[in-house]
Amino acid sequence: MAKHHIETTVNGDPVEFLCETEETLLDVLRDTLLLTGSKEGCASGDCGACSVMLDGRLVCSCLVLGCEVAGRKVETIEGMAQGETLHPLQQSFLEHAALQCGICTPGFLVAGKALLEKNPNPTETEVRYWLAGNLCRCTGYDKIVSAVMDTAAALRKG
Amino acid sequence: MRYEAPESVEGAVALLAGANGEARVLAGGTDLLVQMRADVVDPDLIVDIKKIPETRAISEEKGGWRIGAAVTGAELKEHARLRKAWPGVVEAANLIGSTQVQGRATMGGNLCNGSPAADSVPALIAAGAVATLAGPKGKRDLPVEDVMLGPRKLALQKGEFVASFLLPPRPPRASDAYLRFIPRTEMDIAVVGAGVSLTLDGGGTITAARVSLGAVAPRVLLVPEAAQAIIGSRLDEAAQRRLEAAARAACRPIDDKRGTTEFRIDVAAVLARRTALIALDRARAS
Amino acid sequence: MAETNGHSKTNGQSYVGTRTIRPDGVDKVTGRARFGADFNLAGQLIGRVLRSPHPHARIVSIDTSKAEALPGVKAVVTRDDFPDQSSEFIPAGEMMMNYKDVVRNVMAREKALYEGHAVAAVAATSVAIARRALKLIEVKYEVLPHVIDVVEAMRPGAPLLHDDLFTVGVEPKPEKPSNIAKRFEIKQGDVEAGFKKADIIVEREFKTAPVHQGYIEPHAALATASEDGSAEVWTTTQGHFIVRAHCARLLGLDIGKVRVTATEIGGGFGGKTVVYLEPLAIALSKKAKRPVKMVMSREEVFKASGPTSGATVRVKMGATKDGKFVAGAAELKYQAGAFQGSPVQPGVMCAYAPYDIENVHVIGYDVVSNRPKVAAYRAPGAPISEYAVESVVDEIAKKLRLDPIELRMMNAAREGTKAAYGPKFGPIGLEETLNSIKKTEHWNTPLRKWQGRGVASGFWFNIGGETCASLTVNEDGTVSLVAGTPDIGGLRASLAAVAADELGVPYDKVRPIIGDTGSLGFNFLTGGSRSAFSGSMAIVEAAKQIKADLCARACKLWEAKPDQVEWKDGAVRPLGALAEKAKPMTVADFAKVAGKTGGPIGGVGRINAQGAGPSFGTHLVDLEVDPETGRVTILRYTVAQDAGRALHPAYVEGQFQGGAVQGIGWALNEEYIYGEDGKLQNAGFLDYRMPVASDVPMIDAILVEVGNPKHPYGVRGVGETPIVPPLGAIANAMENATGIRFTELPMSPPKVLKALKEKGAARA
Repeated sequence: MAKHHIETTVNGDPVEFLCETEETLLDVLRDTLLLTGSKEGCASGDCGACSVMLDGRLVCSCLVLGCEVAGRKVETIEGMAQGETLHPLQQSFLEHAALQCGICTPGFLVAGKALLEKNPNPTETEVRYWLAGNLCRCTGYDKIVSAVMDTAAALRKG
Repeated sequence: MRYEAPESVEGAVALLAGANGEARVLAGGTDLLVQMRADVVDPDLIVDIKKIPETRAISEEKGGWRIGAAVTGAELKEHARLRKAWPGVVEAANLIGSTQVQGRATMGGNLCNGSPAADSVPALIAAGAVATLAGPKGKRDLPVEDVMLGPRKLALQKGEFVASFLLPPRPPRASDAYLRFIPRTEMDIAVVGAGVSLTLDGGGTITAARVSLGAVAPRVLLVPEAAQAIIGSRLDEAAQRRLEAAARAACRPIDDKRGTTEFRIDVAAVLARRTALIALDRARAS
Repeated sequence: MAETNGHSKTNGQSYVGTRTIRPDGVDKVTGRARFGADFNLAGQLIGRVLRSPHPHARIVSIDTSKAEALPGVKAVVTRDDFPDQSSEFIPAGEMMMNYKDVVRNVMAREKALYEGHAVAAVAATSVAIARRALKLIEVKYEVLPHVIDVVEAMRPGAPLLHDDLFTVGVEPKPEKPSNIAKRFEIKQGDVEAGFKKADIIVEREFKTAPVHQGYIEPHAALATASEDGSAEVWTTTQGHFIVRAHCARLLGLDIGKVRVTATEIGGGFGGKTVVYLEPLAIALSKKAKRPVKMVMSREEVFKASGPTSGATVRVKMGATKDGKFVAGAAELKYQAGAFQGSPVQPGVMCAYAPYDIENVHVIGYDVVSNRPKVAAYRAPGAPISEYAVESVVDEIAKKLRLDPIELRMMNAAREGTKAAYGPKFGPIGLEETLNSIKKTEHWNTPLRKWQGRGVASGFWFNIGGETCASLTVNEDGTVSLVAGTPDIGGLRASLAAVAADELGVPYDKVRPIIGDTGSLGFNFLTGGSRSAFSGSMAIVEAAKQIKADLCARACKLWEAKPDQVEWKDGAVRPLGALAEKAKPMTVADFAKVAGKTGGPIGGVGRINAQGAGPSFGTHLVDLEVDPETGRVTILRYTVAQDAGRALHPAYVEGQFQGGAVQGIGWALNEEYIYGEDGKLQNAGFLDYRMPVASDVPMIDAILVEVGNPKHPYGVRGVGETPIVPPLGAIANAMENATGIRFTELPMSPPKVLKALKEKGAARA
């Protein structure tokens, strides 16, 4: 069976790749495009470590096939910083010590950024429920939630 | 494994009907991809229906709402008027999985995955939703409660797929709600799900109702006895007890890693009552 | 901008104890950091493992011919590729394991002993081919009856896992083999006499289910073996020197020829202190003559790594009516999994450690059964035994109408207390943690109906161990720090702070890395809450060497005698009259003249760190029970724990919070669910229910600092204690909320609702 030839956009760059039908977007990102920032924690959509934005929508890349992204817009953790400047949420995670081992961090950052773009003034409960699909085993979520809330406040101040 | 993304209903039907070996419809993929990875299913053909416009549209039709089978939970949530008319349906679809999953999961996929614990199905059934199937013989309508016959068993013929749902017109003073029981606060499959839709008259008495229970039987149940228990009442204490009893009586749940039989029956009664009360509050406010 | 928070370069600036930005942080928030599965080598093959579908079976034959013939398959390995190992016990984290068992766990030999046990492995040119190859391997199994529950496994006549396992620690020595590997006990005083003095005795039996460490990153290893008997491995591990030792042993290689790099690690909690994939990857690579990359799926992690013991624990305590504990007895039965080596020993030792009790007798049984071999899980053994003891302590408090904190205070271990497991405690902080909790607003907030409050204390000994770390001064005055214990939670930040303070250089001029096994002498693994404790000690030692060396160089430069110079406040300073001729020189100053003054500047600390101080903690939790469904919501949570000295307060708080939430999961919803067929029913994150963000509130962390006099900075290990109190605290809060003592974990909704109904309190 011939592979699919897919043309898409990843972090603003035009990208093309070949993939089998059963390869997920996560497989393609990590193994073909060598963008290993998105992580595989479960391959079943239960941990969020593979979170990316697809056409501006927060999704698990392990639940999207590579061949589904033809002509679409994919944004991964690798595109979050603006050149040499970290996104305020990335900086906030560092300052709050909102990561310990760091494996879940890319997923949380992509998800957190998506939240703040949709809801610039979330309550703590809203933050926790939005991020319920991102598992963390190290931090107990406390400092992650603080980092997101403080970033929201800082961004609102402008 | 072939992947096709037809741009018309006819195209999809032709692919599905003509498939040698196993063919699967792909909408959100939040069940299919997981099952493929777990080697539970190994399709020869995947038919992605998301390029077919009518599977992705939300529009008003004959006073009701036509919702494409491949509209995502997140998109449903962002549709303010649909959310206002059918808060139960929208909240049910948005309880599936996580924010990420809701960005992809669809009610069509949720129904056709054939799990009696599906979150959106009790809400759709309570709403009186009708599924429009497209197949080689053309289109036909089925009430949603008649689509899932048992675990992984659907009433679809070869070549058929669910293209859209039609929610009926909403009279005034009517609303719906969906609750589920899960051990955590998110991310679990429903141990019990309850959908209630009801209509009130000017005096606040329930004139119409539909009650649906999920995860307590081999298929999602429409429970007419539960509706009867509250029609004609204002959901007073006595009506609530009748509702609970009817819910209990309808359950035929299993013992599994998510809950015991006894637990599911107990909680079905509690949820039926709590869901009905929320629907009542919403109906009063609408 | 990604900079540290404005620390100046001038001396007097101290970084230890401040909230610096971790040096590996930017790479972690940008996705650049490379974890186990992020490494790739040109020409690599994909390795996959064939695993037993049966919980207990004799492996009659394995036919790999069809798999080997499949185009794209470059190597297949089975038990025939791993020489048998003689019996030899070695440390595995804070537990012990036997090489004879290690080789059998890595690849089954005579029997498959659990569902998921590795039976063969393949390396192929693609994932698809590797998966197909596994399906072509034909294994003939003779299925045997299985046993999983620890009490069942101990019964005479239970299915026997090993016919050469004779219980150690019983007299007379048993003639028949059994599933009981070991009996272990500690004794102090005379418990029978103690119970006679008691005004009240409480005896209870508790049961816990196996739980998994739950790290988000699955095991992953990339290996490349050479024809000359060398091998290189990149693996996500808590101990790359241990990986090296195991792989060398299992494959008959020289340790010096095996080079292991510890990748960034996505969580371990003890579960990554042993080998699973590494020996397989090396063996495959040797055969295929190409690098082999192996990654576990989430299902494999649940089925084939090292979830901790399920256990049955009986506790009996006696107290006077004033609340003085006069006797403490307990019997612990822990699952070891398929091979011996559960953490029952530390479980026994920790059970009563927080209390000063004259008469103690604790017995433990290490029992094998047909489930994966247990690996360490954060304070291994202690959460289980202390759940039981803290529950009984709470019951005693209730019966005597004493405040649960006061009761613990009355009996608290303090400096000078002799612990029942042996040592006399030095300065410790248990009372301070109890007092801290008492003073919180949390403790003093009123509760409503169906809400309950619980408190519990806990303990972990912590260890030191062999540690090497180096400091090198570079030509531009920056300092390279190489540590040898993988950084699982912010270690590099702490070590960099210590090095910066020791050498008087700015924090952001210290660049810490975790070196591979070729860069340093042996390092014991990251575990036992030792990495910051031991690592900082080794850094202090390395810095000492540098300071001495710089003083000697100064003497040369200034033509001075040793008593005319001293290191002080970040520089070598001339003393007395010399100060008129010479100006102080910093590390950066010396760096410029290193070559001229003798060569590159550096130091290496090589120690066997001693003096690890125990860390005590007390947890306070409020929860609410939904009486109609049994669902529990954690409302509020406070941790007070003694860190000795927090090198980096935020990462210490992080340990408190993370451990507490793991405990919440263990108490409420996590468990291995086995069917009658001995197969795991919930091998995924969907039904293995770990807490998600919406399940927990903020975890308030109170840092208590009772310095450890045996550490240059007063540090105590902190990583493990946080998981010890939550089980008891939550069980106690449940009792407070419902009046029901839950003696079985997890306290999941069906169990809670059933208990409520039986009590007649539920209205369903």
